[in-house]
Amino acid sequence: MADRFARPRRRRLVPGPLGERLRPYRVLLAARARAQMQYRTSFVTDILGTVGVGLTELAEVWIIFHNVDVLGGLDFTAALLVFALSNIGFSLADMVVGHLDTLPTYIRMGQVDAFYVRPLPLLSQFMTSDISLRRVGRLGVAVVALVVALSRADVHWSVATVALIALTIVSGTAIFTALFTAAGGLQFFFVDGAEFTNSMTYGGSYAAQQSQRVFPDPLRILWTFVIPTAFVAYFPTLAILDLPGDRLGSPWLAWCSPLAALVAWLAAAACWRAGTRHYQGAGG
Amino acid sequence: MRTFRLLVRAGFRRHSTYRLALLAGMTTNSVFGIIRASILLAAVASAGSAIGGYTGPMAAAFVWWGQALLGTVNLWGFQEVKERVRSGDIAVDFLRPLNPQLTYLAGDIGRAGINFLARGMPALLIGALLFDLAWPPGLLAWLVGFLSVALAVVVAFAGNFIVNLASFWLIEVRGLQLVWMIVSGLFCGLYLPVPWFPGWLRTIADWSPWPAMLQHPLDILSGRVVGTDVALVLANQLGWALVLLGLGQVVLRAGRRHLEVQGG
Repeated sequence: MADRFARPRRRRLVPGPLGERLRPYRVLLAARARAQMQYRTSFVTDILGTVGVGLTELAEVWIIFHNVDVLGGLDFTAALLVFALSNIGFSLADMVVGHLDTLPTYIRMGQVDAFYVRPLPLLSQFMTSDISLRRVGRLGVAVVALVVALSRADVHWSVATVALIALTIVSGTAIFTALFTAAGGLQFFFVDGAEFTNSMTYGGSYAAQQSQRVFPDPLRILWTFVIPTAFVAYFPTLAILDLPGDRLGSPWLAWCSPLAALVAWLAAAACWRAGTRHYQGAGG
Repeated sequence: MRTFRLLVRAGFRRHSTYRLALLAGMTTNSVFGIIRASILLAAVASAGSAIGGYTGPMAAAFVWWGQALLGTVNLWGFQEVKERVRSGDIAVDFLRPLNPQLTYLAGDIGRAGINFLARGMPALLIGALLFDLAWPPGLLAWLVGFLSVALAVVVAFAGNFIVNLASFWLIEVRGLQLVWMIVSGLFCGLYLPVPWFPGWLRTIADWSPWPAMLQHPLDILSGRVVGTDVALVLANQLGWALVLLGLGQVVLRAGRRHLEVQGG
Protein backbone atom coordinates (compact mmCIF):
# COMPACT_ATOMS: atom_id res chain seq x y z
CA MET A 1 0.00 0.00 0.00
CA ALA A 2 2.70 2.40 1.05
CA ASP A 3 4.44 1.73 -2.23
CA ARG A 4 1.53 3.10 -4.22
CA PHE A 5 1.54 6.39 -2.40
CA ALA A 6 5.28 6.77 -2.06
CA ARG A 7 6.34 6.26 -5.64
CA PRO A 8 3.68 7.25 -8.11
CA ARG A 9 6.18 8.48 -10.69
CA ARG A 10 7.94 5.14 -10.95
CA ARG A 11 4.71 3.61 -12.14
CA ARG A 12 4.41 5.85 -15.11
CA LEU A 13 7.92 4.93 -16.25
CA VAL A 14 6.92 1.31 -16.86
CA PRO A 15 6.22 1.13 -20.58
CA GLY A 16 3.32 -0.80 -22.02
CA PRO A 17 0.77 -3.20 -20.62
CA LEU A 18 3.22 -6.12 -20.19
CA GLY A 19 5.28 -4.25 -17.63
CA GLU A 20 2.05 -3.29 -15.92
CA ARG A 21 0.96 -6.92 -15.81
CA LEU A 22 4.25 -8.09 -14.34
CA ARG A 23 4.32 -5.36 -11.74
CA PRO A 24 2.59 -7.35 -8.93
CA TYR A 25 5.13 -10.15 -9.33
CA ARG A 26 8.03 -7.74 -9.24
CA VAL A 27 6.76 -6.11 -6.09
CA LEU A 28 6.08 -9.50 -4.48
CA LEU A 29 9.49 -10.93 -5.33
CA ALA A 30 11.27 -7.80 -4.13
CA ALA A 31 9.36 -8.04 -0.85
CA ARG A 32 10.28 -11.73 -0.42
CA ALA A 33 13.91 -11.00 -1.17
CA ARG A 34 13.98 -8.11 1.30
CA ALA A 35 12.33 -10.25 3.95
CA GLN A 36 14.92 -12.99 3.57
CA MET A 37 17.80 -10.60 3.97
CA GLN A 38 16.28 -9.04 7.08
CA TYR A 39 17.94 -11.48 9.47
CA ARG A 40 21.48 -11.08 8.23
CA THR A 41 23.18 -13.82 10.31
CA SER A 42 20.51 -16.36 9.50
CA PHE A 43 20.71 -15.48 5.81
CA VAL A 44 24.50 -15.81 5.71
CA THR A 45 24.33 -19.15 7.57
CA ASP A 46 21.76 -20.39 5.08
CA ILE A 47 23.97 -19.43 2.15
CA LEU A 48 26.99 -21.09 3.76
CA GLY A 49 24.78 -24.15 4.19
CA THR A 50 23.95 -24.37 0.50
CA VAL A 51 27.63 -23.79 -0.32
CA GLY A 52 28.30 -26.78 1.92
CA VAL A 53 25.71 -28.88 0.08
CA GLY A 54 27.32 -27.92 -3.24
CA LEU A 55 30.78 -28.75 -1.95
CA THR A 56 29.79 -32.21 -0.69
CA GLU A 57 28.30 -33.00 -4.08
CA LEU A 58 31.53 -31.83 -5.66
CA ALA A 59 33.55 -33.89 -3.17
CA GLU A 60 31.67 -36.96 -4.34
CA VAL A 61 32.93 -36.46 -7.90
CA TRP A 62 36.44 -35.70 -6.67
CA ILE A 63 36.62 -38.77 -4.40
CA ILE A 64 35.52 -41.07 -7.23
CA PHE A 65 38.21 -39.66 -9.50
CA HIS A 66 40.72 -40.08 -6.68
CA ASN A 67 40.18 -43.81 -7.28
CA VAL A 68 39.68 -44.00 -11.05
CA ASP A 69 40.93 -42.01 -14.06
CA VAL A 70 37.90 -42.45 -16.26
CA LEU A 71 34.24 -42.92 -15.33
CA GLY A 72 31.65 -43.60 -17.99
CA GLY A 73 33.99 -42.38 -20.73
CA LEU A 74 34.68 -39.04 -19.03
CA ASP A 75 37.86 -37.85 -17.33
CA PHE A 76 37.81 -35.60 -14.27
CA THR A 77 37.59 -32.34 -16.25
CA ALA A 78 34.69 -33.58 -18.34
CA ALA A 79 32.92 -34.95 -15.25
CA LEU A 80 33.44 -31.57 -13.59
CA LEU A 81 31.82 -29.87 -16.57
CA VAL A 82 28.82 -32.21 -16.35
CA PHE A 83 28.61 -31.50 -12.62
CA ALA A 84 28.80 -27.73 -13.18
CA LEU A 85 26.23 -27.49 -15.97
CA SER A 86 23.68 -29.69 -14.23
CA ASN A 87 24.12 -27.90 -10.91
CA ILE A 88 23.74 -24.45 -12.47
CA GLY A 89 20.49 -25.50 -14.12
CA PHE A 90 19.22 -27.23 -11.00
CA SER A 91 20.04 -24.47 -8.53
CA LEU A 92 18.49 -21.79 -10.76
CA ALA A 93 15.31 -23.85 -11.05
CA ASP A 94 15.39 -24.68 -7.34
CA MET A 95 15.67 -20.98 -6.54
CA VAL A 96 12.59 -20.11 -8.57
CA VAL A 97 10.25 -23.09 -8.10
CA GLY A 98 11.95 -25.40 -5.60
CA HIS A 99 9.39 -24.42 -2.97
CA LEU A 100 6.62 -26.14 -4.99
CA ASP A 101 7.92 -29.07 -2.95
CA THR A 102 6.12 -27.69 0.08
CA LEU A 103 2.78 -27.68 -1.74
CA PRO A 104 1.39 -30.57 0.38
CA THR A 105 1.85 -28.39 3.46
CA TYR A 106 -0.15 -25.61 1.82
CA ILE A 107 -2.82 -28.11 0.80
CA ARG A 108 -3.09 -29.59 4.28
CA MET A 109 -3.25 -26.16 5.92
CA GLY A 110 -5.96 -25.05 3.52
CA GLN A 111 -3.82 -22.19 2.26
CA VAL A 112 -4.26 -23.13 -1.38
CA ASP A 113 -7.79 -21.76 -1.19
CA ALA A 114 -6.34 -18.37 -0.36
CA PHE A 115 -4.30 -18.49 -3.56
CA TYR A 116 -7.42 -19.26 -5.58
CA VAL A 117 -9.29 -16.13 -4.54
CA ARG A 118 -6.52 -13.78 -5.62
CA PRO A 119 -6.70 -12.31 -9.13
CA LEU A 120 -3.46 -13.87 -10.40
CA PRO A 121 -2.82 -17.28 -12.01
CA LEU A 122 -2.23 -20.02 -9.44
CA LEU A 123 1.13 -21.23 -10.75
CA SER A 124 2.68 -17.80 -11.00
CA GLN A 125 1.46 -17.05 -7.49
CA PHE A 126 3.19 -20.18 -6.22
CA MET A 127 6.35 -19.34 -8.09
CA THR A 128 6.48 -15.88 -6.59
CA SER A 129 5.28 -17.03 -3.17
CA ASP A 130 8.90 -17.52 -2.30
CA ILE A 131 12.29 -17.11 -3.91
CA SER A 132 15.02 -19.02 -2.19
CA LEU A 133 17.93 -16.64 -2.41
CA ARG A 134 19.97 -18.85 -0.10
CA ARG A 135 20.35 -21.32 -2.96
CA VAL A 136 22.73 -18.82 -4.50
CA GLY A 137 25.41 -20.64 -2.48
CA ARG A 138 25.07 -23.86 -4.42
CA LEU A 139 24.89 -21.88 -7.65
CA GLY A 140 28.19 -20.21 -6.71
CA VAL A 141 29.92 -23.58 -6.27
CA ALA A 142 28.58 -24.69 -9.66
CA VAL A 143 29.74 -21.52 -11.42
CA VAL A 144 33.26 -21.87 -9.98
CA ALA A 145 33.28 -25.52 -11.09
CA LEU A 146 32.23 -24.40 -14.59
CA VAL A 147 35.05 -21.86 -14.84
CA VAL A 148 37.61 -24.37 -13.56
CA ALA A 149 36.39 -27.11 -15.90
CA LEU A 150 36.38 -24.84 -18.96
CA SER A 151 39.86 -23.50 -18.22
CA ARG A 152 41.30 -26.98 -17.63
CA ALA A 153 39.70 -28.44 -20.73
CA ASP A 154 41.01 -28.09 -24.23
CA VAL A 155 38.02 -26.22 -25.63
CA HIS A 156 38.03 -24.96 -29.23
CA TRP A 157 36.29 -21.69 -28.51
CA SER A 158 33.93 -20.36 -31.12
CA VAL A 159 30.66 -18.48 -31.26
CA ALA A 160 28.93 -21.84 -31.42
CA THR A 161 30.57 -22.99 -28.16
CA VAL A 162 29.51 -19.87 -26.28
CA ALA A 163 26.02 -20.13 -27.73
CA LEU A 164 25.83 -23.78 -26.75
CA ILE A 165 26.83 -23.07 -23.14
CA ALA A 166 24.23 -20.31 -22.86
CA LEU A 167 21.60 -22.49 -24.53
CA THR A 168 22.42 -25.37 -22.20
CA ILE A 169 22.04 -23.26 -19.06
CA VAL A 170 18.70 -21.84 -20.23
CA SER A 171 17.30 -25.21 -21.33
CA GLY A 172 18.70 -26.98 -18.26
CA THR A 173 16.97 -24.51 -15.98
CA ALA A 174 13.76 -24.88 -18.00
CA ILE A 175 13.91 -28.69 -17.80
CA PHE A 176 14.35 -28.71 -14.02
CA THR A 177 11.66 -26.05 -13.63
CA ALA A 178 9.35 -28.30 -15.63
CA LEU A 179 10.19 -31.28 -13.41
CA PHE A 180 9.43 -29.29 -10.26
CA THR A 181 6.17 -28.04 -11.76
CA ALA A 182 5.10 -31.50 -12.89
CA ALA A 183 5.94 -32.79 -9.41
CA GLY A 184 3.88 -29.95 -7.94
CA GLY A 185 0.88 -30.90 -10.07
CA LEU A 186 1.16 -34.52 -8.93
CA GLN A 187 1.29 -33.43 -5.26
CA PHE A 188 -2.42 -32.58 -5.51
CA PHE A 189 -3.03 -36.32 -5.92
CA PHE A 190 -0.45 -37.64 -3.47
CA VAL A 191 -0.40 -35.15 -0.56
CA ASP A 192 0.97 -37.62 2.03
CA GLY A 193 3.05 -39.40 -0.57
CA ALA A 194 4.83 -36.24 -1.67
CA GLU A 195 8.15 -38.04 -1.53
CA PHE A 196 7.16 -40.01 -4.66
CA THR A 197 7.95 -37.02 -6.81
CA ASN A 198 11.36 -36.55 -5.19
CA SER A 199 12.60 -39.40 -7.34
CA MET A 200 11.74 -37.27 -10.36
CA THR A 201 13.13 -33.91 -9.18
CA TYR A 202 16.08 -34.74 -6.92
CA GLY A 203 16.63 -38.13 -8.54
CA GLY A 204 16.59 -36.47 -11.95
CA SER A 205 19.09 -33.89 -10.78
CA TYR A 206 21.36 -36.61 -9.39
CA ALA A 207 21.16 -38.54 -12.65
CA ALA A 208 21.88 -35.40 -14.66
CA GLN A 209 25.21 -35.00 -12.84
CA GLN A 210 26.53 -38.30 -14.13
CA SER A 211 28.05 -39.53 -17.31
CA GLN A 212 25.06 -41.24 -18.85
CA ARG A 213 27.26 -44.15 -19.85
CA VAL A 214 27.35 -45.44 -16.26
CA PHE A 215 23.65 -46.33 -16.60
CA PRO A 216 22.19 -49.46 -18.16
CA ASP A 217 20.36 -48.87 -21.47
CA PRO A 218 16.77 -48.79 -20.16
CA LEU A 219 17.73 -46.05 -17.70
CA ARG A 220 19.54 -44.08 -20.40
CA ILE A 221 16.40 -44.18 -22.53
CA LEU A 222 14.43 -43.01 -19.48
CA TRP A 223 16.80 -40.09 -18.83
CA THR A 224 16.71 -39.12 -22.51
CA PHE A 225 13.10 -39.52 -23.60
CA VAL A 226 10.94 -39.58 -20.47
CA ILE A 227 12.67 -37.40 -17.87
CA PRO A 228 15.09 -35.62 -20.19
CA THR A 229 17.90 -34.87 -17.76
CA ALA A 230 20.60 -36.20 -20.10
CA PHE A 231 20.10 -33.00 -22.11
CA VAL A 232 20.95 -30.85 -19.10
CA ALA A 233 24.67 -31.56 -18.96
CA TYR A 234 25.89 -34.80 -20.49
CA PHE A 235 25.09 -34.23 -24.18
CA PRO A 236 26.30 -30.59 -24.04
CA THR A 237 29.56 -31.71 -22.42
CA LEU A 238 30.15 -34.16 -25.27
CA ALA A 239 29.62 -31.33 -27.76
CA ILE A 240 31.67 -28.67 -25.91
CA LEU A 241 34.67 -30.96 -25.38
CA ASP A 242 34.34 -32.56 -28.79
CA LEU A 243 34.05 -36.06 -27.33
CA PRO A 244 32.75 -39.01 -29.30
CA GLY A 245 29.31 -40.22 -28.27
CA ASP A 246 27.96 -43.71 -28.46
CA ARG A 247 24.80 -45.23 -29.93
CA LEU A 248 22.55 -43.83 -27.20
CA GLY A 249 24.07 -40.38 -26.98
CA SER A 250 25.66 -38.25 -29.69
CA PRO A 251 27.13 -34.76 -29.28
CA TRP A 252 24.63 -33.26 -31.76
CA LEU A 253 21.84 -34.02 -29.31
CA ALA A 254 23.16 -31.09 -27.27
CA TRP A 255 21.47 -28.74 -29.74
CA CYS A 256 18.14 -30.45 -29.11
CA SER A 257 18.02 -29.39 -25.45
CA PRO A 258 15.48 -26.57 -26.13
CA LEU A 259 13.24 -29.18 -27.76
CA ALA A 260 13.57 -31.40 -24.70
CA ALA A 261 12.76 -28.42 -22.49
CA LEU A 262 9.68 -27.64 -24.59
CA VAL A 263 8.37 -31.20 -24.37
CA ALA A 264 9.08 -31.28 -20.64
CA TRP A 265 7.13 -28.05 -20.23
CA LEU A 266 4.14 -29.37 -22.16
CA ALA A 267 4.08 -32.41 -19.87
CA ALA A 268 4.51 -30.22 -16.80
CA ALA A 269 1.63 -27.99 -17.89
CA ALA A 270 -0.58 -31.05 -18.34
CA CYS A 271 0.36 -32.33 -14.86
CA TRP A 272 -0.27 -28.96 -13.25
CA ARG A 273 -3.61 -28.60 -15.02
CA ALA A 274 -4.69 -32.09 -13.97
CA GLY A 275 -3.63 -31.36 -10.41
CA THR A 276 -5.45 -28.07 -10.06
CA ARG A 277 -8.58 -29.54 -11.68
CA HIS A 278 -8.43 -32.41 -9.20
CA TYR A 279 -8.12 -30.10 -6.20
CA GLN A 280 -11.43 -29.63 -4.40
CA GLY A 281 -10.51 -27.39 -1.52
CA ALA A 282 -9.74 -28.19 2.06
CA GLY A 283 -13.12 -26.98 3.30
CA GLY A 284 -11.65 -23.86 4.82
CA MET B 1 11.99 -50.64 31.44
CA ARG B 2 8.31 -51.31 30.81
CA THR B 3 7.74 -47.61 30.15
CA PHE B 4 10.62 -47.64 27.69
CA ARG B 5 9.11 -50.62 25.87
CA LEU B 6 5.71 -48.97 25.66
CA LEU B 7 7.27 -45.80 24.28
CA VAL B 8 9.12 -47.82 21.63
CA ARG B 9 5.82 -49.37 20.60
CA ALA B 10 4.13 -45.96 20.49
CA GLY B 11 6.90 -44.63 18.23
CA PHE B 12 6.48 -47.64 15.96
CA ARG B 13 2.73 -47.12 15.66
CA ARG B 14 2.96 -43.38 15.26
CA HIS B 15 5.22 -43.69 12.25
CA SER B 16 3.27 -46.56 10.69
CA THR B 17 0.17 -44.36 10.34
CA TYR B 18 1.26 -42.75 7.10
CA ARG B 19 1.45 -45.80 4.84
CA LEU B 20 1.53 -43.81 1.62
CA ALA B 21 4.46 -41.80 2.94
CA LEU B 22 6.34 -45.03 3.72
CA LEU B 23 5.69 -46.32 0.20
CA ALA B 24 6.77 -43.00 -1.29
CA GLY B 25 9.95 -42.99 0.76
CA MET B 26 10.70 -46.54 -0.31
CA THR B 27 10.21 -45.64 -3.99
CA THR B 28 12.52 -42.65 -3.81
CA ASN B 29 15.15 -44.62 -1.90
CA SER B 30 15.03 -47.27 -4.62
CA VAL B 31 15.40 -44.79 -7.48
CA PHE B 32 18.45 -43.29 -5.78
CA GLY B 33 19.69 -46.80 -5.09
CA ILE B 34 19.61 -47.64 -8.80
CA ILE B 35 21.48 -44.43 -9.71
CA ARG B 36 24.09 -44.81 -6.96
CA ALA B 37 24.67 -48.50 -7.63
CA SER B 38 25.17 -47.75 -11.35
CA ILE B 39 27.82 -45.14 -10.51
CA LEU B 40 29.70 -47.27 -7.99
CA LEU B 41 29.65 -50.34 -10.25
CA ALA B 42 30.95 -48.25 -13.16
CA ALA B 43 33.73 -46.94 -10.91
CA VAL B 44 34.70 -50.43 -9.73
CA ALA B 45 34.68 -51.68 -13.32
CA SER B 46 36.84 -48.75 -14.39
CA ALA B 47 39.37 -49.38 -11.59
CA GLY B 48 39.63 -53.11 -12.39
CA SER B 49 38.24 -55.56 -9.87
CA ALA B 50 37.88 -53.62 -6.61
CA ILE B 51 38.28 -50.23 -4.91
CA GLY B 52 39.16 -50.00 -1.22
CA GLY B 53 38.27 -53.63 -0.64
CA TYR B 54 34.91 -53.34 -2.41
CA THR B 55 34.23 -55.69 -5.30
CA GLY B 56 31.27 -55.02 -7.59
CA PRO B 57 28.74 -57.08 -5.57
CA MET B 58 30.02 -55.58 -2.31
CA ALA B 59 29.69 -52.06 -3.69
CA ALA B 60 26.13 -52.85 -4.80
CA ALA B 61 25.38 -54.29 -1.35
CA PHE B 62 26.88 -51.16 0.23
CA VAL B 63 24.53 -48.97 -1.81
CA TRP B 64 21.36 -50.99 -1.28
CA TRP B 65 21.82 -51.64 2.43
CA GLY B 66 22.60 -47.94 2.70
CA GLN B 67 19.36 -46.98 0.92
CA ALA B 68 17.47 -49.51 3.04
CA LEU B 69 18.82 -48.02 6.27
CA LEU B 70 18.29 -44.43 5.18
CA GLY B 71 14.92 -44.16 6.90
CA THR B 72 15.97 -46.39 9.78
CA VAL B 73 19.01 -44.48 10.97
CA ASN B 74 18.02 -40.88 11.62
CA LEU B 75 20.81 -39.24 9.64
CA TRP B 76 18.88 -36.11 8.76
CA GLY B 77 17.97 -35.31 12.29
CA PHE B 78 14.69 -34.35 13.89
CA GLN B 79 13.14 -31.07 14.98
CA GLU B 80 10.92 -32.20 17.83
CA VAL B 81 13.22 -31.61 20.81
CA LYS B 82 14.39 -28.29 19.38
CA GLU B 83 10.80 -27.11 18.98
CA ARG B 84 9.93 -28.18 22.52
CA VAL B 85 12.89 -26.30 23.95
CA ARG B 86 11.90 -23.20 22.02
CA SER B 87 8.24 -23.35 23.03
CA GLY B 88 9.10 -24.24 26.63
CA ASP B 89 7.27 -27.58 26.42
CA ILE B 90 10.52 -29.26 27.38
CA ALA B 91 9.68 -28.22 30.95
CA VAL B 92 6.83 -30.75 30.81
CA ASP B 93 9.30 -33.41 29.70
CA PHE B 94 11.46 -32.62 32.70
CA LEU B 95 8.52 -33.25 35.02
CA ARG B 96 7.96 -36.75 33.68
CA PRO B 97 9.34 -39.72 35.61
CA LEU B 98 11.54 -40.87 32.70
CA ASN B 99 14.65 -38.99 31.60
CA PRO B 100 13.83 -36.94 28.46
CA GLN B 101 16.76 -38.41 26.54
CA LEU B 102 15.50 -41.94 27.12
CA THR B 103 11.93 -40.93 26.26
CA TYR B 104 12.96 -39.60 22.89
CA LEU B 105 15.39 -42.47 22.33
CA ALA B 106 12.52 -44.92 22.85
CA GLY B 107 10.37 -43.06 20.30
CA ASP B 108 13.23 -43.04 17.83
CA ILE B 109 13.86 -46.77 18.20
CA GLY B 110 10.19 -47.38 17.45
CA ARG B 111 10.41 -45.12 14.41
CA ALA B 112 13.53 -46.98 13.28
CA GLY B 113 11.72 -50.31 13.64
CA ILE B 114 8.79 -49.48 11.38
CA ASN B 115 11.07 -47.82 8.84
CA PHE B 116 13.38 -50.84 8.81
CA LEU B 117 10.49 -53.22 8.13
CA ALA B 118 8.23 -51.17 5.89
CA ARG B 119 10.70 -49.00 4.04
CA GLY B 120 14.09 -50.68 4.30
CA MET B 121 13.33 -54.32 3.59
CA PRO B 122 11.25 -53.71 0.41
CA ALA B 123 13.99 -51.39 -0.90
CA LEU B 124 16.58 -54.08 -0.22
CA LEU B 125 14.40 -56.64 -1.99
CA ILE B 126 14.22 -54.41 -5.08
CA GLY B 127 17.99 -54.00 -4.95
CA ALA B 128 18.49 -57.74 -4.69
CA LEU B 129 16.21 -58.33 -7.69
CA LEU B 130 17.94 -55.75 -9.88
CA PHE B 131 21.57 -56.14 -8.85
CA ASP B 132 24.02 -58.85 -7.85
CA LEU B 133 24.53 -58.17 -4.13
CA ALA B 134 27.10 -59.62 -1.74
CA TRP B 135 25.52 -61.04 1.44
CA PRO B 136 26.79 -61.47 5.00
CA PRO B 137 28.96 -64.64 5.09
CA GLY B 138 26.95 -66.51 7.75
CA LEU B 139 24.07 -66.48 10.22
CA LEU B 140 26.28 -64.94 12.88
CA ALA B 141 27.25 -62.14 10.49
CA TRP B 142 23.56 -61.43 9.86
CA LEU B 143 22.84 -61.20 13.58
CA VAL B 144 25.89 -59.06 14.27
CA GLY B 145 24.93 -56.90 11.30
CA PHE B 146 21.47 -56.23 12.77
CA LEU B 147 23.06 -55.47 16.15
CA SER B 148 25.31 -53.00 14.36
CA VAL B 149 22.25 -51.38 12.75
CA ALA B 150 20.65 -50.99 16.19
CA LEU B 151 23.80 -49.36 17.55
CA ALA B 152 23.89 -47.05 14.51
CA VAL B 153 20.32 -45.94 15.30
CA VAL B 154 21.36 -45.10 18.87
CA VAL B 155 24.54 -43.23 17.83
CA ALA B 156 22.69 -41.17 15.21
CA PHE B 157 19.93 -40.35 17.70
CA ALA B 158 22.39 -39.39 20.44
CA GLY B 159 24.29 -37.05 18.11
CA ASN B 160 21.15 -35.38 16.81
CA PHE B 161 19.78 -35.04 20.31
CA ILE B 162 22.83 -32.98 21.32
CA VAL B 163 22.42 -30.78 18.24
CA ASN B 164 18.77 -30.24 19.20
CA LEU B 165 19.76 -29.32 22.74
CA ALA B 166 21.91 -26.49 21.43
CA SER B 167 18.64 -24.58 21.23
CA PHE B 168 18.85 -24.05 25.00
CA TRP B 169 21.53 -21.48 24.19
CA LEU B 170 20.92 -20.55 20.54
CA ILE B 171 17.68 -19.06 19.24
CA GLU B 172 17.86 -20.86 15.91
CA VAL B 173 19.80 -24.10 15.49
CA ARG B 174 18.88 -24.61 11.84
CA GLY B 175 22.36 -23.61 10.69
CA LEU B 176 23.95 -26.01 13.15
CA GLN B 177 21.64 -28.79 12.03
CA LEU B 178 22.50 -28.12 8.41
CA VAL B 179 26.24 -28.29 9.14
CA TRP B 180 25.70 -31.52 11.08
CA MET B 181 23.70 -32.97 8.20
CA ILE B 182 26.29 -32.06 5.58
CA VAL B 183 29.31 -33.26 7.56
CA SER B 184 27.69 -36.44 8.83
CA GLY B 185 26.35 -37.23 5.34
CA LEU B 186 29.83 -37.15 3.92
CA PHE B 187 31.63 -38.98 6.72
CA CYS B 188 29.04 -41.64 7.52
CA GLY B 189 29.32 -43.15 4.06
CA LEU B 190 25.98 -41.94 2.76
CA TYR B 191 27.45 -40.85 -0.58
CA LEU B 192 30.53 -43.00 -1.01
CA PRO B 193 32.25 -45.69 1.09
CA VAL B 194 34.67 -44.14 3.58
CA PRO B 195 37.50 -46.50 2.46
CA TRP B 196 37.40 -44.74 -0.94
CA PHE B 197 38.41 -41.42 0.61
CA PRO B 198 41.93 -40.07 0.15
CA GLY B 199 44.16 -40.76 3.20
CA TRP B 200 43.78 -37.53 5.18
CA LEU B 201 40.01 -37.40 4.75
CA ARG B 202 39.78 -40.98 5.86
CA THR B 203 41.77 -40.25 8.98
CA ILE B 204 39.29 -37.53 9.91
CA ALA B 205 36.42 -39.95 9.33
CA ASP B 206 38.07 -42.69 11.39
CA TRP B 207 38.33 -40.43 14.44
CA SER B 208 34.79 -39.11 14.16
CA PRO B 209 31.50 -40.66 15.35
CA TRP B 210 29.90 -40.55 11.90
CA PRO B 211 31.04 -43.88 10.40
CA ALA B 212 29.38 -45.55 13.41
CA MET B 213 26.03 -44.27 12.07
CA LEU B 214 26.07 -46.04 8.69
CA GLN B 215 29.45 -47.11 7.34
CA HIS B 216 30.04 -49.73 10.06
CA PRO B 217 26.78 -51.67 9.69
CA LEU B 218 27.16 -51.46 5.90
CA ASP B 219 30.65 -52.95 6.15
CA ILE B 220 29.38 -55.91 8.15
CA LEU B 221 26.24 -56.47 6.03
CA SER B 222 28.13 -56.27 2.72
CA GLY B 223 30.72 -58.72 3.98
CA ARG B 224 33.66 -56.35 3.64
CA VAL B 225 34.50 -56.54 7.33
CA VAL B 226 34.69 -60.13 8.63
CA GLY B 227 36.22 -62.14 11.46
CA THR B 228 37.72 -60.40 14.45
CA ASP B 229 37.49 -56.99 12.77
CA VAL B 230 33.73 -57.17 13.34
CA ALA B 231 34.34 -57.03 17.10
CA LEU B 232 36.47 -53.90 16.66
CA VAL B 233 33.76 -52.22 14.61
CA LEU B 234 31.07 -53.07 17.17
CA ALA B 235 33.28 -51.82 20.01
CA ASN B 236 33.75 -48.54 18.14
CA GLN B 237 29.98 -48.17 17.73
CA LEU B 238 29.26 -49.06 21.35
CA GLY B 239 31.93 -46.61 22.50
CA TRP B 240 30.44 -43.78 20.45
CA ALA B 241 26.92 -44.61 21.61
CA LEU B 242 27.98 -44.38 25.25
CA VAL B 243 30.08 -41.24 24.73
CA LEU B 244 27.33 -39.38 22.86
CA LEU B 245 24.55 -40.49 25.22
CA GLY B 246 26.72 -39.43 28.18
CA LEU B 247 27.53 -36.09 26.58
CA GLY B 248 23.81 -35.65 25.86
CA GLN B 249 23.04 -36.15 29.58
CA VAL B 250 25.63 -33.54 30.54
CA VAL B 251 24.28 -31.02 28.03
CA LEU B 252 20.71 -31.79 29.07
CA ARG B 253 21.55 -31.12 32.72
CA ALA B 254 23.33 -27.87 31.87
CA GLY B 255 20.38 -26.82 29.70
CA ARG B 256 17.95 -27.60 32.47
CA ARG B 257 19.77 -25.21 34.78
CA HIS B 258 19.89 -22.59 32.03
CA LEU B 259 16.25 -22.91 31.03
CA GLU B 260 13.80 -20.23 31.98
CA VAL B 261 10.17 -20.71 31.00
CA GLN B 262 7.93 -17.65 31.11
CA GLY B 263 4.32 -17.76 32.15
CA GLY B 264 2.49 -20.86 33.18
